[in-house]
Amino acid sequence: MDVLLKVDNLKTVFDTEDGVARVVDGVSFEVGHGETVGLVGESGCGKSVTALSIMRLVQDPPGRIAGGSVLFNGRDLLTIPEREMRKVRGNEISIVFQEPLTSLNPVFTCGEQVREAIALHQKLGRRESKRKAVEMFRLVRIPDPELRYRSYPHQMSGGMRQRVMIAMALSCQPKLLIADEPSTALDVSVQAQIMDLLLELKEKLGMAVLLITHNLAVVAQMVERVLVMYAGVVVEEAPVGGLFAEPLHPYTEGLLESLPKLGAPAGRLSMIPGNVPDPLNLPPGCRFSDRCPRRFDRCLSGEPPMFTVGRRRASRCWLREGGG
Amino acid sequence: MARFLARRLVQSLLLVFIIITINFFLLHLAPGDPLARYYHPDIAPETIELMREKLGLDRPLIEQYVKWIWSFARGDFGISLQYNRPVASLLAESIPNTLRLTAGALMLYIIIGVALGITSAVKRYSLFDRVSTVAALFVYSIPSFWLALMLILFFSLKLGLLPSSHMQSIGIEGAGHFAMFVDRLRHIVLPAFVLGVASAAAMARYMRGSMIDVLGEDYIRTARAKGLPDRKVFLKHAFRNALLPVVTIIGLSLPFLLGGSVVIEKIFSWPGMGRLTVDAIHARDYPVVLAVNFIVAVMVILGNLLADIGYACLDPRIVYTRVGESK
Ligand SMILES: Nc1ncnc2c1ncn2[C@@H]1O[C@H](COP(=O)(O)OP(=O)(O)OP(=O)(O)O)[C@@H](O)[C@H]1O
Ligand code: SF4
Ligand SMILES: [Mg+2]
Repeated sequence: MDVLLKVDNLKTVFDTEDGVARVVDGVSFEVGHGETVGLVGESGCGKSVTALSIMRLVQDPPGRIAGGSVLFNGRDLLTIPEREMRKVRGNEISIVFQEPLTSLNPVFTCGEQVREAIALHQKLGRRESKRKAVEMFRLVRIPDPELRYRSYPHQMSGGMRQRVMIAMALSCQPKLLIADEPSTALDVSVQAQIMDLLLELKEKLGMAVLLITHNLAVVAQMVERVLVMYAGVVVEEAPVGGLFAEPLHPYTEGLLESLPKLGAPAGRLSMIPGNVPDPLNLPPGCRFSDRCPRRFDRCLSGEPPMFTVGRRRASRCWLREGGG
Repeated sequence: MARFLARRLVQSLLLVFIIITINFFLLHLAPGDPLARYYHPDIAPETIELMREKLGLDRPLIEQYVKWIWSFARGDFGISLQYNRPVASLLAESIPNTLRLTAGALMLYIIIGVALGITSAVKRYSLFDRVSTVAALFVYSIPSFWLALMLILFFSLKLGLLPSSHMQSIGIEGAGHFAMFVDRLRHIVLPAFVLGVASAAAMARYMRGSMIDVLGEDYIRTARAKGLPDRKVFLKHAFRNALLPVVTIIGLSLPFLLGGSVVIEKIFSWPGMGRLTVDAIHARDYPVVLAVNFIVAVMVILGNLLADIGYACLDPRIVYTRVGESK
């Protein structure tokens, strides 16, 4: 498969009062044309910061991209001028954020906010861009698109607002859509609708999707390949089937065990004990060593590199040294 | 909208009534005598008592009040004790001048304040931001009469650039519209600046804070993620939201400006309401003081109403009736 996005050793840090927090600490992965890749991990492991870094939207200060490259169609987005980057944002790469309730500007109509993106990138006049925006509303199945075009964000439900965000993101047919937990903030019933909509639009429009979530169940239905992230690094990479059948990293095992299982007594989820480490205070050696049930001597002496296992898998764990 | 306005109107009328009533009694209870300037060895005390009777000033206070409020309600502001002229005609001469001065100050301070505040917020922690922060604090703490004198000293006496008093030059009437406009503009610059500069400094601080808050919002990130250039992100998406809290502050600044104009008009010999009021208070010219008080109360309430309407126009989340309820 042709590579669309190649993130290589991406490092993003935040300057805090207590020191430099290495929040994204050497993340590497690829997304092919039209491929759907999931990025999973516990809250605070750096998923959103990774996404924002790709778009060069990390707030500076306090954030700063400290190294690595983001090749998009072979061009390094981290080195092109801001003017060029603006032509990529919303046009070739779009993002749908975690918080539909606050991500729309309260003083402009929803339609205007979608229309604006279309007018900007497609150099269309007011009438044409409006027509296209209404079309986008229809595409994401907002009922009464002409009427809803004139609605303000506060007049819409969370699910509808997320549809507006999706309409905005897809309005210029991007090659890559980054969906950062697009349904987490919504009611459970609405969550499924939004994910179904995304899946359907992906089929229809054929863009690549980087789906960020902390919910492995969502990943199972939607993606082809999974990246598991922990404390600022990717710790496991695998096709979705293989990951569920046989996880190759103890952290992934822990995540899978914490999924509710059919037939298991309700309310007995085994969470991974402990917390994601503070990026300012990582454990020595393997980042997962303070929580890992399989820790052995080797783990504390040095950080494991990414070991490739077979043709399409990789794990950042000393147990996989030598590809085992 | 109509219901909102009607309710506000009723509330405002009640408020004005209470204000002028309180003022009436305060004024009459304060020491002083409107006829004091007739105290003179050549004028017999009986004559003064006769005048007092004719003016009704010897009647019980409550009776004077009822008489006064009754004529007031019919739009009759009475006769000035000092000038022996209808108060209405005195006001008709001075109100437009005061409005001109406050409007000038208002425009000046909004433009300067907003521009400085936004630039500071966008270039946060830059040299510009730091300098304007210190400058704002400095300007805000200068007494306006001192600033007025210094500016007169510098621009009028030393450089001879701008006139130091009055609204226009003597004999300018015949010189054509444009020349007259320029002449008036030159006259208004100094007083309007002195009147507005402290508010401009405060405004710059509010605007900066408000803008910085807004720039941290999620929808600003969305605007950037769309690919919009900074100019659009700041001036379209951030500006309108940042303006919301500031609109209320503009409304609240009106009493401050009108109060300030009293001092400024006196210093610059501006023939406005402020000067009229100071003179009237000195002379215990009750009808004039009370009428001015009424006008100012109406202006302040009107200003706040306009601010509320402006707010509602800027923020689609506000429904007019709610604005009324929250008060
Ligand atoms: N502006 C910031 N200043 C300092 N630290 C930050 C900032 N933004 C994010 N971080 C830190 O970066 C880390 C990762 O944050 P990120 O938002 O990427 O997590 P996430 O994986 O998306 O989690 P979630 O599932 O909760 O969205 C967190 O520990 C957070 O404290
Ligand atoms: S390297 Fe060691 S501590 Fe880290 S995940 Fe593997 S077994 Fe656990
Ligand atoms: Mg996140």
